[in-house]
Amino acid sequence: MKSSVIIFPGSNCDRDMDVALKKFGFKNQMVWHNDTDIPKSDLIVLPGGFSYGDYLRCGSIAGKSRIIKSVIDFANSGGLVLGICNGFQILTETGLLPGILQQNKYLNFICKNIFVKIKNKENKYFKNIKKEVLELHIAHNEGNYFCSRDELKLIEDNGQIAVTYCDQEGNDNEANNPNGALKNIAGIFNKEKNILGMMPHPERMIDPFLSGEDGSLFFENLIGSL
Amino acid sequence: MKVKVIVTLKNGVLDPQGKAIQQTLNGMSFQNVSEVRQGKYFDIEVNESDESKAKSQVEEMCKKLLANLVIEDYKIL
Repeated sequence: MKSSVIIFPGSNCDRDMDVALKKFGFKNQMVWHNDTDIPKSDLIVLPGGFSYGDYLRCGSIAGKSRIIKSVIDFANSGGLVLGICNGFQILTETGLLPGILQQNKYLNFICKNIFVKIKNKENKYFKNIKKEVLELHIAHNEGNYFCSRDELKLIEDNGQIAVTYCDQEGNDNEANNPNGALKNIAGIFNKEKNILGMMPHPERMIDPFLSGEDGSLFFENLIGSL
Repeated sequence: MKVKVIVTLKNGVLDPQGKAIQQTLNGMSFQNVSEVRQGKYFDIEVNESDESKAKSQVEEMCKKLLANLVIEDYKIL
């Protein structure tokens, strides 16, 4: 299976993602934002970081970069596109995913381990993961998911909520909401479920000695379902 | 010609920065400040002498890049 990680100026999780993808069997290649073509891929990843210094709005400038047209074409033809953290912000700014990531409710940069509840397993990203709750890592200043009331109804009705912030037992209530995100939303799909954007970093949870292994479950499932 | 644009958060959208500014002002003895909403201001130099053409171009810029219409409104001055 082939994957491509897009590097923007200011991306800083691109190499972690490269290590994670390769560890679980992907043949990964790095693609520069100023290119126009993406090599043949089964998966495109928009990594975390601070593309273009978060100027204007997080992800807004990357959302207009030269490579993005190829990402949009790939996504619209059904290809798997995964956006983590800043990658999620870029996906909302391009319009591939609905809503926007606003500044965290209490204006603080949050960097810690959290738990997320998997809300929909009928997709390639979570299909064969046995667990219901995963321990992952977040590190962001703008992770406060927001969309209009009409849009929220649509994404709920279409099963587009992928993961929500919760406690270890899976209670996804306000007490376990780190950043003020609407309905504790930590990640969403597009309607067809081939595009996933999420704030938590699975690539930071692939080593039992450094962090944890719930990210491994994510990547093992992903390569297994392609 | 120069075109000026103000981008603000839509009514009802949470503005934590505005709230922090308001609370700071209150703490600085401006107790009568009951709300602050903050936004962005752009000065755009467009090489175009026809005002209505320049403004309609800036309108496109607002829709496509300067504002995110999910949470923001724009005003061309």
